Amino acid sequence: MTAMGDVKRRRIDELAARAGAVPEGEGGVSLTRSAFRRLRRDPVAIIGAVIVITFLVVAAFAPFLAPRDPLAQTLLSEIRPGNIPGAREGFPLGVDNLGRDILSRLIWGSRQSLMIGVVSTVLGVVVGMAFGVLAGAFGGWVDTVVMRFIDIVLSIPSLLMAISISVLLGQNQYALMIAIAVTQVPIFARLLRGSMLAQRNSDYALAAQALGVKKSRIVFGHVLPNSLSPVIVQATLSLATAIIEAAALSFLGLGDPDLARPEWGAMLANAQAFLSIRPELAVYPALCIIVVALGFTLLGESLREALDPKFRR
Amino acid sequence: MLRFIVRRLLQLIPILLGLSVLLFAWLRALPGGPAQAALGERATPEDIARYNELFGLDEPLVVQYLRFLGRAVRLDFGTSARTGRSVTTEFFERMPGTIELTLFAMVFAIGLGIPLGYLAARRHGSWVDSTSVIASLLGVAIPVFFLAYLLRLGFAVELGWLPGSGRQDVRMNATRITNFYVLDGLLTREWDAAWDAVKHLLLPAIALGTIPLAIIVRITRASVLDVVNEDYVRTANAKGLATATVRRRHIIRNALLPVSTTIGLQTGLLLSGAVLTESVFAFGGVGSAIYEAIGARDFAVLQGFILILAVVYVLVNLLVDISYGLLDPRVRVR
Amino acid sequence: MSSGSSSISAPPVGLGNQPVLEVTDLAVRFTRRGEADTRAVDGVSFSVAPGETIGLVGESGCGKSVTSLAVMGLLPKRNVQVSGSVRLDGQELVGADAETLRGLRGADMAMVFQDPLSSLNPTVPIGTQVTEVLLEHRDMTRKEAVDEAARLLDRVGIPDPLRRLKEYPHQLSGGMRQRALIAMALSCSPRLLIADEPTTALDVTIQAQILELLRELVVDSGTALVMITHDLGVVAGLCDRVHVMYAGKIIETADRHELFARPRQPYTGGLLASVPRLDSPRGAPLTPIRGSARDTIAWADGCAFAPRCDSAQDDCLTEVAGSTVELVPDGPRRELRCRHPIEYPPAPAGATAPGAAR
Repeated sequence: MTAMGDVKRRRIDELAARAGAVPEGEGGVSLTRSAFRRLRRDPVAIIGAVIVITFLVVAAFAPFLAPRDPLAQTLLSEIRPGNIPGAREGFPLGVDNLGRDILSRLIWGSRQSLMIGVVSTVLGVVVGMAFGVLAGAFGGWVDTVVMRFIDIVLSIPSLLMAISISVLLGQNQYALMIAIAVTQVPIFARLLRGSMLAQRNSDYALAAQALGVKKSRIVFGHVLPNSLSPVIVQATLSLATAIIEAAALSFLGLGDPDLARPEWGAMLANAQAFLSIRPELAVYPALCIIVVALGFTLLGESLREALDPKFRR
Repeated sequence: MLRFIVRRLLQLIPILLGLSVLLFAWLRALPGGPAQAALGERATPEDIARYNELFGLDEPLVVQYLRFLGRAVRLDFGTSARTGRSVTTEFFERMPGTIELTLFAMVFAIGLGIPLGYLAARRHGSWVDSTSVIASLLGVAIPVFFLAYLLRLGFAVELGWLPGSGRQDVRMNATRITNFYVLDGLLTREWDAAWDAVKHLLLPAIALGTIPLAIIVRITRASVLDVVNEDYVRTANAKGLATATVRRRHIIRNALLPVSTTIGLQTGLLLSGAVLTESVFAFGGVGSAIYEAIGARDFAVLQGFILILAVVYVLVNLLVDISYGLLDPRVRVR
Repeated sequence: MSSGSSSISAPPVGLGNQPVLEVTDLAVRFTRRGEADTRAVDGVSFSVAPGETIGLVGESGCGKSVTSLAVMGLLPKRNVQVSGSVRLDGQELVGADAETLRGLRGADMAMVFQDPLSSLNPTVPIGTQVTEVLLEHRDMTRKEAVDEAARLLDRVGIPDPLRRLKEYPHQLSGGMRQRALIAMALSCSPRLLIADEPTTALDVTIQAQILELLRELVVDSGTALVMITHDLGVVAGLCDRVHVMYAGKIIETADRHELFARPRQPYTGGLLASVPRLDSPRGAPLTPIRGSARDTIAWADGCAFAPRCDSAQDDCLTEVAGSTVELVPDGPRRELRCRHPIEYPPAPAGATAPGAAR
């Protein structure tokens, strides 16, 4: 700075800003913050977030949003085999074969469907991560045993796995959630273990070890937090899969038999019988499932891009 | 290469043993246990007691498991409570249909998915690209059985272009040799029978192949996008090679590596999806059988079918691993 | 295509010699929707004669690699604008159609890249990667191509070439891979060879071997060689003439001896001062250039190097008479872009500069 005073310094800063260079000091933005910043600019993420938030709001405020009682049977006089009344005044989407208002059932159904998706995914993530941490943190024979077990579970195609769990536990909403969760466990276990192994052998972990940091501290203070982003991405994507899988189990007759809880999968399964009379009965819940699944998928995919350091610029 | 294959085969053993333990435990844990599984839901307690004594179900679990394993190795999974026939016989009767269906679905998914994914990547950012990205996202979000119903409603019920159920028109009265209906038609030169079987396969195969198609398009696209930016593609261009050579030898060859792994994983998805698709189209394969078995609580059939399907799935993935070794020289030496 | 073996000592000075490559006012702009255009290369001119070696020197991001890719026609078509002129043996390449360029690449102009592992296709044997060039550009049968490939590998110093032809890149060492890449580049005796940091990814001992190999090949075949590097050691050992680039522009051009003896641009001076040398001027400490290449301003606003320059004055930061800092002749065979260059007491003409040899 020998030849330049403060004024020139300022002039340079000003010119540098114009040239688009990043002034020092603002270069180091934390990963989470920069990921979030990129998410906000990504139209795909915005669409995904809007869809997801909309459905969450609908689910939360279902009692206020639903125009009717989702269980009340109406218009029974008009329902005959081969005829289900369509949309009309007061029933914007019509009624089902038992005379229940479709719109209200869809709104209430969002509660149950999202609940099944979220609970089963959280369950899958927690159990899967426990296995993954066990394998990734200890390594050695623990790793071998855990991963062999995971491989065995993974070798049963997911729906068949869910079917066997469902058959085993009987038909109720908890069985449904557990059945779906079990199919997610191996995915998260493998993901976290792989990610942790990669981090454990990374230079910074070796550096921490060389500095004499305790092993447990390295694992839980550094390795684990840094291994989480693929798990977050996969969890978002799994929410979509879980909701679709719940519908499939309902279709196979393994869903929640409690009629008091409207649920999209059950509505869709139930409507198949009336497809040739009133295909809309199936189309509405199917659309809800598709749109929510799409929302979670879009969000997950854009999260993947935002969290991937490869995409940072 | 041979050592690689032998090692992979050895790795199968613990997995297969684990599977048998899992499914043995499953049947044991069912409400009512294996006796009810064999006798059906309406069995009386006396029946069950007699059954347990007859089949040594009061012996220690280890002994029972070893006996189960011994029978499983000989492909004996007991008899169906619903039909009274051997589970294995039922499986092998129905498997050819499912194999035909999954093969058709896979051909549909791969044949359309790889070119589409490649095209999307090469026209990155164009309407072709955005359309295939959106379509592939939608493809994953649609419940398989709903898509199957839509296709059936549209093309079979409303338009009447294609048959909506079964594997072949019963009026065909075709000769059966292998139970692969298309193959049988070709072998016996009953061309119309083969063609009819193909027509019966089209809609279910499209329904079943849609998710794999969506996934293959996405993986191919991402993989081609990665490979195109690789240094060796730049080298190939710097060497002034013909566009076709660069594409075939340097881009597609490398881009297909991750795709081939995905195709192996799709098998699981196809077997899962077959249960749903076959039910919608009353297809009469293994999938329909599982659907019927769930409805009838026919546990012996469920146990046997799931175990065999899991073994099939594991074997298919082994084949994919080996073919991956053939494609990528770096794996071979390891 | 060989122009006879020229002697090692006197590098041909392009006087009566028609240059192989003539780059005039080359500019490359990256245009991305929703973002301001970036001028990666801006008004770059240089030429190379047969058997001559020039160096394009600068930090990463200064535009030297983009320049070489523009010459080869390897920049992507989308979002990139190339203007100016690139002539290979008099033939204009800017705006030439893709087929023409493809015919020239590999045959008349070839390139060696930085990272030999990633620059080789991992799933194709080395042999195929060599023969495919020969089959593309030279009228050969497969058998002849294999023989020629073996000969080429032998020529670049790969032992047991027939066995190596069947091997895959991961089975070769780093130095061997780079030799294989050089063999591919030389397979059609190109008139022009561009080497983009060919030694950066290699061990130091291997670096020297590869540079020696390149030097021999240039001398033997009369190929014009463009060395792209940030390593002044490479320049000292190989280049006849040096162009120093900064932020997309050439800021100093000189013959190698002159440049090492009397760098005029403070940036060049800084580059030289930050390299440890046995013959440093007395009292000169090893001084790094402060800041990084990101601390830059647009050339339109003055000198892009000014934010990092110790000699910068007020007028370095303003456009004088509506024009930017220009590249102007600065003595015989020298050009300079600087308003306050390093001054030297008049030296006896023709004195050999120190630092020519490494």
